[in-house]
Amino acid sequence: MAGPVGRVRTRWRSSLYLRVVATTLALSILVVVVLGQVLMGRITSGLLDAKQRASLVEAQAGLNQAQALITAAGEDNAERNQSLEPVAVQLASGGQGTPRLYDVLLLTSSTSLYQRGSSTVTVESVPDDLRSAVENEDVQASTFTEIVYIDGRPPVPGFAVGAPLTVPGLGTAELYYLFPLTQEQQTLDLVRRTLLFAGLVLVLLLGWISWFVTRQVVDPVRYAAAIAEEFSAGHLSERMTVRGEDDLARLARSFNDMAASLELKIGQLEDLSRVQRRFVSDVSHELRTPLTTVRMAADVLHESRDDFDPATARSAELLQTQLDRFEALLSDLLEISRFDAGAATLDVVEGDLHDAITSVVEALLPLAEPTRTRIRIHQASEPATAEFDPRRVDRILRNLLANAIEHSDGQPLDVRVGVSDEAVAVVVRDHGTGLRPGESSLVFNRFWRADPSRVRSIGGTGLGLAIALEDARLHGGWLQAWGAPGDGACFRLTLPRVLGTDISASPLPLEPSDATTERRMPLSVGAGARTPPTGSGVSDDE
Amino acid sequence: MVHDRHGRCDHGDMKGRILVVDDDTALSEMLGIVLRGEGFEAHLCSQGDLAVAAFREFNPDLVLLDLMLPGKDGIEICREIRAESGVPVVMLTAKGDTVDVVLGLESGADDYVVKPFKPKELVARVRARMRRTDGGRPESLEIADLAIDVPGHTVKRGDEHIALTPLEFDLLVALARKPWQVFTRETLLEQVWGYRHAADTRLVNVHVQRLRSKIEIDPENPQIVVTVRGVGYKAGPA
Repeated sequence: MAGPVGRVRTRWRSSLYLRVVATTLALSILVVVVLGQVLMGRITSGLLDAKQRASLVEAQAGLNQAQALITAAGEDNAERNQSLEPVAVQLASGGQGTPRLYDVLLLTSSTSLYQRGSSTVTVESVPDDLRSAVENEDVQASTFTEIVYIDGRPPVPGFAVGAPLTVPGLGTAELYYLFPLTQEQQTLDLVRRTLLFAGLVLVLLLGWISWFVTRQVVDPVRYAAAIAEEFSAGHLSERMTVRGEDDLARLARSFNDMAASLELKIGQLEDLSRVQRRFVSDVSHELRTPLTTVRMAADVLHESRDDFDPATARSAELLQTQLDRFEALLSDLLEISRFDAGAATLDVVEGDLHDAITSVVEALLPLAEPTRTRIRIHQASEPATAEFDPRRVDRILRNLLANAIEHSDGQPLDVRVGVSDEAVAVVVRDHGTGLRPGESSLVFNRFWRADPSRVRSIGGTGLGLAIALEDARLHGGWLQAWGAPGDGACFRLTLPRVLGTDISASPLPLEPSDATTERRMPLSVGAGARTPPTGSGVSDDE
Repeated sequence: MVHDRHGRCDHGDMKGRILVVDDDTALSEMLGIVLRGEGFEAHLCSQGDLAVAAFREFNPDLVLLDLMLPGKDGIEICREIRAESGVPVVMLTAKGDTVDVVLGLESGADDYVVKPFKPKELVARVRARMRRTDGGRPESLEIADLAIDVPGHTVKRGDEHIALTPLEFDLLVALARKPWQVFTRETLLEQVWGYRHAADTRLVNVHVQRLRSKIEIDPENPQIVVTVRGVGYKAGPA
């Protein structure tokens, strides 16, 4: 039911054409109808007035003639009675023609005798009102009437003029002229038909004109809209064609100016960012050759440290460890610049998240050793198989776990795996210092540190979580953080089981169930910098 | 100490002759120090356009080749060396993730090391490439219409001799020794290249292509080294 109505409404709202044309049609129909009515009224009254005037003149002439004939006929009653008939006939003969111009009735009501001037019309053609007016008031009167014929022809509208006729000895007779308005009727019918036709044509013409005019405005507007859509879809070189000097040409010119300036600005920004990324990448690459040399030199020194005095030996050791750190930083920088350049690609295989977790945890045990941090793995009841890039997922897990070990203050870590139909998730929970309000959205920022004064025990590069976030995003997954002061932090990685599908919900909650309730509320900020806490995927940035 | 190392590894005079082609003199010098420390004889060359001449003169057992060189780039040098010799070529590259690696491998390099590398890593790569299947025990294999003489390092189709690089030869022998077995790329990386951990499987892909182009009658439709989809490669039915 609501379907078609809804469609029409939508169409009405969305189409300027429809609105303009429909409004024009409605208004022009109204105007034409009113105009037609007025015109019709004027023509009708004009025609009838003329007819009326002519009829009265005619009737007056007939009356005079009849009076003259009667007066000339003499005094004899019988003869007069006889003579009235020929008078009427003679009068009526003036109305001969096809159709008849008029009919004449000569009535004498006192004797209830009436004679006809013309034998075609009935007495009923003369309205009673008119008769009584003529009889009683003894003046000429006229009215519109319907002429009824004797031979059964359909009655026609007519104009009746009556006047008293003084017949000596007999009293008063009434003479009625009946003018059929057939011709006028026909004329009016013709005029009405013509007006109707003209009105119809006019309305259609106006509709077409409005469509045509609207098209002149709407088409360029639609064209402009299409170009603007193209432009906003990223085709920055789209321009409108400027034609003429009118307002639409001005619109096109303004649009083009805007587009050109936007294109320029965007181009400049892109260049700038390309140059910057290129620079980062070049710097990283250029650093590699000297770093290789230094690395090897340090290694040679390190191998021979037993031969050195303690200070030099320690220096060689420091050189070695710091080079490891430097190298890690450099490779992280390179990785980030690869993400920034959009050059990162996925090397996907189908695997079980459990296996990845087990191997990463095993590899990280030496890190957890000094603080005796226990890592508890809570596996899901079913296999957590999904399509992912093992190298990247290993790196995400390594970063999350290393980060958790560093911030756990020796408290045990919980690694929990969850599986649903659409996604697999792993939550890494520590019970360390936790995060202050607002920090859960900062942890994924590059080189961000929760506490700048805090000693880095493991010595991450500061890029680990940023890279992890990019890795997750590359999979179309989520990486989110939760934390409360004194209640530890919680990181959740959610990956789609089938690559390229959207995730609607993670199989595991982000807020740990063991979190203190009153702290939970204001701090359960989701997500990394650009990751939506809920919703469909994180690919919103590209 | 050096003497100690010498004594441990020496089976003659030197373990091998290595030509180092790198324009960064500090790095080449350092490479020289490390390689000599490991008992290799190293010869340094810092210019691309002199590399091929140095190769002919020095006649090394292995070439360490930087990809970005002034004069003539590493890819071109590698191609020229390959044209006249099957000596193992290990590329030094600063860009492990780009097409450079594939380009280098396709031009004939056997393996590559990404800068910055640890000296041990480099030495392991060098050793793996210079390791020779010990001769002595005569072993001859037949696969399809090819006859392989393992100690003699020759492959023949009928009377026609097919020249393979040592790496390609090792690859073919590894496959031909167990024609019933499907080798994953990882297994081949371990057996032929000597990688202990997962490495770049592009190495295998590129070298299988190169091997096919030499031994297959129709490389587009290989009959000897067959791809097993989703698993790896096997030597085709004899």
